[in-house]
Amino acid sequence: MTSNQIMFLLFSVVIVVFSILTVTSRKILRAAIYLLFVLVSTSGLYFMLNYHFLAAVQLTLYAGGIVVLIIFSILLTSHISQKAEPVGWKKSLFSALAAIAGAVLSITTILDFNFSATKVAAEEVNMRLIGKSLLSTGSNGYVLPFEVISILLIAAMVAAIVIAKKGGPDKTESQILKQ
Amino acid sequence: MRLVIAAQNISTFSEPWWKVFYDFSLLTKNIDTGLHNAMSPFWTTVTEMLIIGVLILLFYALVGLFLVYAERKVCAFMQNRLGPNRVGPFGIFQTIADLIKLLLVELIPIKKADKFLFNLAPFIVIIASFMAIAAIPFANGLHAIDLNIGVLYVIAVSAMGVIGVLLAGWSSNNKYSLIGAMRSGAQIVSYELSVGLALITVVILAGTMQFSEIVEAQRTGWFIFKGHIPAFIAFIIFLISSTAETNRGPFDLAEAESELTAGYHTEYSGIKFAFFFLAEYMNMFIVASIAATVFLGGWMPFHVGHWDGFNSVMDYIPPFIWYIGKTFFVIFLMMWFKWTFPRLRIDQLLTLEWKYLLPINLVNVLVMAFVVLMGWHF
Repeated sequence: MTSNQIMFLLFSVVIVVFSILTVTSRKILRAAIYLLFVLVSTSGLYFMLNYHFLAAVQLTLYAGGIVVLIIFSILLTSHISQKAEPVGWKKSLFSALAAIAGAVLSITTILDFNFSATKVAAEEVNMRLIGKSLLSTGSNGYVLPFEVISILLIAAMVAAIVIAKKGGPDKTESQILKQ
Repeated sequence: MRLVIAAQNISTFSEPWWKVFYDFSLLTKNIDTGLHNAMSPFWTTVTEMLIIGVLILLFYALVGLFLVYAERKVCAFMQNRLGPNRVGPFGIFQTIADLIKLLLVELIPIKKADKFLFNLAPFIVIIASFMAIAAIPFANGLHAIDLNIGVLYVIAVSAMGVIGVLLAGWSSNNKYSLIGAMRSGAQIVSYELSVGLALITVVILAGTMQFSEIVEAQRTGWFIFKGHIPAFIAFIIFLISSTAETNRGPFDLAEAESELTAGYHTEYSGIKFAFFFLAEYMNMFIVASIAATVFLGGWMPFHVGHWDGFNSVMDYIPPFIWYIGKTFFVIFLMMWFKWTFPRLRIDQLLTLEWKYLLPINLVNVLVMAFVVLMGWHF
């Protein structure tokens, strides 16, 4: 077994075990931490493939961003003594069926596809290349999706501010504080 | 056996032995080839990882101990006191005595805490700072991992530390800890933006994210001089926001002892508390070394344009000394902040970030891009 295979096995075992623990844990913050382990191991897989940029983005966005947001909202809303109710047998049966069906579908698709092994060594993707193609308007450019995503983000931010802002337009901040 | 081979390779150099202090890449390359001759590539990688791990661990412990001592001395100096002065000359063994005491303190189990998360939290904090230290160039060739995306990697892994703080606060089942953790979460998440944008300003000037290339680009002058006005603004913003990101005063709301006893680590004792304590100092060290590397040239000696005589005189000082000197200069600045400014309130803290630092930073990035496009930098 090569070192790559050992590392791959390690990461995939961590991913599988903690994915299962994420959905079976009855303590919500523990589930969030198991999710963190899954995401960090995924970024380890990217590091193994020499795709450092994606690995770092995975760490920043998922581990540093999304999981922190999830943990933060758990801290605001739930107490340490809270435990989720165990689900009834009907619910567990149907969710197990749905999960197995999804797994069978994706596994058969993956096994059908003929992955041809290449002898070419994994190459490090140049950061400049990523930056240029992200903002290029040429044939391999991604400027349109980039702009569409930024519009979506602005819309989401405006919506969040509108929802978070309480009171009518005539109430200033100091008046709210006085009440 | 392996080390003997490496030593033999070193002794065959034509250059004098002390040159190794100026270019560590010779030493590391020879150790690497020596190990390759002695064993298979797999075990070479494992051995190299072990060596680097042990070295970083030793460095981590030594720097941590020294920083605690330095902080107490600087604090005493600011307050016109003497500071630790009983254990050893000038009290230099005080922190070692403190460490031994901390190791012997009982680890108190908390009855209604979430045990798993409570014990996990210090490790997440310390692992995050370990991962960040791997990407820092200490000297020419003394660099554990030189990633193509070094700056982005450091931002990514240092963002993980906050998870440990949040976990510690929640799993202690203590309201002070929880409030401390919430404050620190809000603070770190918002100040991370400023840290990232200040670094991006320099990345625009350097044209690369790789630390070795960033240091190499400063051979003809440090970026803080090369990029003049926007680089200087970015340096100031980086100092402020990284002080906040490491939870240090005047931004130490997360552990404000006058209101929250000790914040998120109130319930921790003994070695687990020491982990948080050490991680705080090491995060300060990491942040300071990134500031030194990105703005002040890292291990690159002080060079001025084409003054060749002056530059070659500066080259006689070993790079590692330059790196340590600059890093401790930045650390001294951060300690100076801590002991001279009063602690901010949470709303003042967030106002400072969102209403002042972030807009200034965004404009600064534009100014830097303009300066680079027009070629107004040196």
